[in-house]
Amino acid sequence: MTEELFVSGRHIEHIDPYLNLWGGPIAIYLFLGGLAAAILIFANFFFLMGKADKYPMTAKVSTLIPPVIISFGLILLVYDLHHKLYFWQLLLNFRIESPMSWGAWTLTFIMIPAILWPLIYMRDIIDYLSERNPACRLLGLLNWIDKMANKFGIVRFFIGLAKTYQKPMAYITIVLSLILGVYTGILLSAFNARPLWNTAILGPLFLTSGVSTGAALLMWMSKNHDEKRLFSKLDLILISVEIFLIIHLFMGMKAGPLVQYDTAMLFLGGPYTSIFWVGVMGLGLVFPAILEILELNHYKIPSWLPALFILSGGLAFRYIMVYAGQFSSYNIL
Amino acid sequence: MRYAMAMDTRKCVGCGDCVVACQTENDVPIGYCRDWIVEAVQGTYPDTVQMHFKSERCNHCDNTPCVRTCPTGASHVIEGGIVKVTPNECIGCGACIVSCPYNARFVHPEGYIDKCTFCDHRVALGQDTACVAVCPTDALIFGDLDDAKSPVSIALKNNEWYVLAPEAGTKPQLYFLK
Ligand code: SF4
Ligand code: SF4
Repeated sequence: MTEELFVSGRHIEHIDPYLNLWGGPIAIYLFLGGLAAAILIFANFFFLMGKADKYPMTAKVSTLIPPVIISFGLILLVYDLHHKLYFWQLLLNFRIESPMSWGAWTLTFIMIPAILWPLIYMRDIIDYLSERNPACRLLGLLNWIDKMANKFGIVRFFIGLAKTYQKPMAYITIVLSLILGVYTGILLSAFNARPLWNTAILGPLFLTSGVSTGAALLMWMSKNHDEKRLFSKLDLILISVEIFLIIHLFMGMKAGPLVQYDTAMLFLGGPYTSIFWVGVMGLGLVFPAILEILELNHYKIPSWLPALFILSGGLAFRYIMVYAGQFSSYNIL
Repeated sequence: MRYAMAMDTRKCVGCGDCVVACQTENDVPIGYCRDWIVEAVQGTYPDTVQMHFKSERCNHCDNTPCVRTCPTGASHVIEGGIVKVTPNECIGCGACIVSCPYNARFVHPEGYIDKCTFCDHRVALGQDTACVAVCPTDALIFGDLDDAKSPVSIALKNNEWYVLAPEAGTKPQLYFLK
C-alpha cells in the first residue's frame, strides 16, 4: 500500500484535492450544442426530403431555436473563460489539434446558416404561429425581425441568395451540424489525461444523445400527430443506440488497462454508480423509452412527459461525464 | 538541447525549500505553488514502513498534451523543450489544465494559466533553476540531456530512475532517482 500526501501545503482552487475546473457551464454548453445540431439536422433533412410543407413545425418553426441556443452556448463558453478579456484570441487562431479551437470555429460558422434558415421562413413561421396561437407573445418580436430584415437591402440580398442555393446550403448545414454534434464528445475525448473521456466512442455517443434530445424536443413541440409519432419512433431507436453505446463504453473500459478499469469502477460500484444508473440510465433513457412504447401503443401519455425526462437525462448525462471525467486520472505515484 | 531535471528521492528530506525558492523567485501569488512536495509512505505499520519525499513540478514533457489542446497557441514549447504559457495569448479556457496528467498547471488569480517555467530566465544566463540552486541536500539536479557531461546526464547514467505515469504517454522529463 502506498499513501501519498502533499506536505508543502498545496491546496489550489479547482485542482486539489481533485480536478473540478470545468463544471455546469461546460455541461450546458455541450448540451445546447448537441440540441442545436439535432434540430438543424432534422430541419434540413426534412427540407431535402421535400417535407417542409408537410411538417412545418420541424422544417420551419423549430429553426428559430438553434441561433438562440448556439449564441447562449457561446456566451456560456466565454463566461467560463478565466481570462475573459482575451477571448478574441480564440478567433485569431485556428489550431487543428485543439478541439476547443474546432468547437469555437464550428459554432461560429454554423451561426450563418442557423440565422439564415429561420429568416427564409419568417413569414411561414409567423403564419403558423398566429394561426394556432394569435396571442403568442413571440409574434411581436418575430414581426419586428421580419420588418427589419426587409428594411435592409443587404439582409434581403443574403436571404435571397440563401433561397436560391437552399439545397446546397442544407447539405452544408447537415455536415456542419454533424461536426458540431460529434464535437461535443470529441472536446472531451481529446484529453488523454482523463481516462473516462479518452475513448473514441465518446464522439458518437454524444452525437446520438444530442440527436435524441433534439428528437424529444421536436416531439414535444409538434402539434401534428404523424410528426409526433415519427419522432417518438426515431427517439426509441436513438435511445436504444445510446444505451448500446454506453454499455459498450463501460465494457471496453473494464477490459482495458488499469486506469480505464479503475475509471469503469467509478460507475460500477464507485461514487458515480447510483446517480448514473438511476438518474441517467433509468430516468433519462429507460423510463422515457417505456413511456414512448406505451404511447405508440395508443396509451394516453402526454408527449411532454417522456420529452422532459429525455431532455433532463441528456443534461444530467453531460454533467456527470464532465465531473467524473475530471475525477478520473492516471495514478501519479 | 533538451533540458531535464533529476530528483533524488533518497536525498530529499522534504524541507520544502524548493517550493519557497520558486514562490520567491517567480512571484508566485500567495496560496499557489509551481512545485510541491509529496510524502509517499509504503507498507502498513507495524510491518516494514518506508517513506520518501518527492519534489514535483511540471515535467516539461516531450510529448505535450497541454500544448496540443491549447486553442490559441498560448501554451508553447521553447528552446530546450521548456513548456511555457504566454499570458496575453491565454484565454483561460483550462484545456491545458485538464489535459495535464500531473495537475502541474493552475489558474493564476489574474486569469491566465501559470506553471513551472524551469526558470528559463535563469537558465538563459547559464544558472540553475531557483529550486535546484537552493536545495540543501543537492537532491535536485538540472541540466541538458544532449550534453553527456551535464549533471543530469551523469545522474541518469549512474542511477536507477523512474518517471511518473509513463503510461500517460507524455514522455515526462522529470526523473526520479531511486
Ligand atoms: S507536466 Fe503537464 S503541464 Fe507540464 S509539459 Fe507535461 S503535460 Fe504539460
Ligand atoms: S488556458 Fe490558456 S494556455 Fe491553457 S489551453 Fe486555454 S488558452 Fe491555452
